[in-house]
Amino acid sequence: MSNNNASNNLIIAQRAVKQLRLEASFRRIKVSQAAAELRNFCLQNASKDPLLVGVPSSDNPFRPPKSCSLF
Amino acid sequence: MAAEKAEIDALKKECDGLRTKIEAARKAVNDGSMSAAAGGVASVGRVQLKNRKTLKGHLAKIYSLHWAADSRQMVSASQDGKLLIWDCFTGNKLVAVPLKSAWVMSVAFAPSGNLVASGGLDNMCTVYNIKAASPKTLRELDAHTGYLSCCRFLSDSEILTASGDTTCCLWDLETGKQKTVFTNHIGDCMSLALSPDQNTFISGACDSLAKLWDLREGTCKQTFSGHTSDINAIAFFPNGHAIVTGSDDCSCKMYDLRSDQEVIGYQDSSLNAGVTSLALSNSGRLIFAGYDDFNCHIWDTLKGEKVGVLSGHDNRVSCTGVPEDGMGVCTGSWDSFLKLWN
Repeated sequence: MSNNNASNNLIIAQRAVKQLRLEASFRRIKVSQAAAELRNFCLQNASKDPLLVGVPSSDNPFRPPKSCSLF
Repeated sequence: MAAEKAEIDALKKECDGLRTKIEAARKAVNDGSMSAAAGGVASVGRVQLKNRKTLKGHLAKIYSLHWAADSRQMVSASQDGKLLIWDCFTGNKLVAVPLKSAWVMSVAFAPSGNLVASGGLDNMCTVYNIKAASPKTLRELDAHTGYLSCCRFLSDSEILTASGDTTCCLWDLETGKQKTVFTNHIGDCMSLALSPDQNTFISGACDSLAKLWDLREGTCKQTFSGHTSDINAIAFFPNGHAIVTGSDDCSCKMYDLRSDQEVIGYQDSSLNAGVTSLALSNSGRLIFAGYDDFNCHIWDTLKGEKVGVLSGHDNRVSCTGVPEDGMGVCTGSWDSFLKLWN
C-alpha cells in the first residue's frame, strides 16, 4: 500500500536524522594526540610482544619438541 | 501524502546537513596523521615467522577459528560439518563436534572454555557444552532472518551475533532469547569484535561501514566510512582506542575512536586480493591480515608498510587469530589446514 510505504519512509528518515544527530554530537580529540597515544602504546608494549621480539626455541609452545630416546 | 513527502524531503535535507557537519568536525581535528606521529619510530624490519605446526583433520574448507582464553586450545569450523577443538601445543584433536548444518561460517570459544558456539547458513547460533562426556547442544538461538556471519561470547550466559539480516544481536543464554537487537547497518553484517572492557563492540558490514555500539544501551555510537566494498574483518587495537578493518576492496584501515576518523590505511598496488580476516599482535604493532591470494600479509600498524608474509596455504586464508598470550598466530584456509606461526 502506498500509504504504508510513505509511513515507512518517514520513519526511516526520522531514524536516520536521530542517528546522525547523535553521531554529530560526538566530542572528537585531535588526530595528532590520538596517533601519538597509539604510537606510545605500541612502543611501551613492544618488549612484551612475543611476535615482535621473537620466541626462544626452548620456550616455544608450538615448536615440535625434540625427540627424546630412552635406551 | 504530499505533506508526508515534504516532511521526508526536509528530513533528507537535514541528514545531508548533518553529514556535512560531521565531515567538517572530523576535518577540524585532523591536524596530523599516524605517518607523522610514527616518523621517528624505528622500523620493525622484516618479520619472518616460521610455520611451527600444520593441523590436519578437516576434510573441507575451513571458515573460522577462535582461540580459547588459555592460549592453548583453539576451535576451528569447516564445511565438512565439524567443529574441531585442538590442543595447539601437541597438535592433538581434543573434541570433534558434529554439526546439524554443515554450512558453518563462524565459531567461537567461551572465555570459560566450557562452551563453543557456531552458526552459518542455517541462520542460527548453536551453543555446545564441550565439557560433557560428549558434546551436548545447550541452546539453539533462532531469530535471525539471515545467515550467521560471526559470534562472540561475553560469558557463559551472554553471546553476541552478527548476521546477513543486517543486524547484530545480544542473547541471554539462560533463556535462549534475544536481549538486544542492534539495527543500523544497511548491508549484511560480516564481522564483530568485543572491546577489551566489554562495554562496546564493533561491527563491519557489506555496506562498507564499521560501527561502534554501546552494548547496554543498544545504540550505534559512531560510524566509520572510507572502504569501498564489504568489510569482512574487524578488530580492536589492544588499548581499545582504535579499530582495524579489512575489506574486499583489498585494503585494511585503522580508525581512531576518539578522533572519530581513519588515521592510516594499509594497501599495496601489488595486492589485488580481498581481505578475509585479521588479528593484531599484543602490542598492536603488527597486523596479520588473511587475503584471498592464499597468503597472510603482515603490516606495520604505525608505518603502514608491509613487513612480512605467511605463505604456505594452497587456497584462500579465511581466518586468522592471535591467542591472548600473543605467542603466535594461527591461519586457517580453504585448503582445509590450520597453520601455527611464530
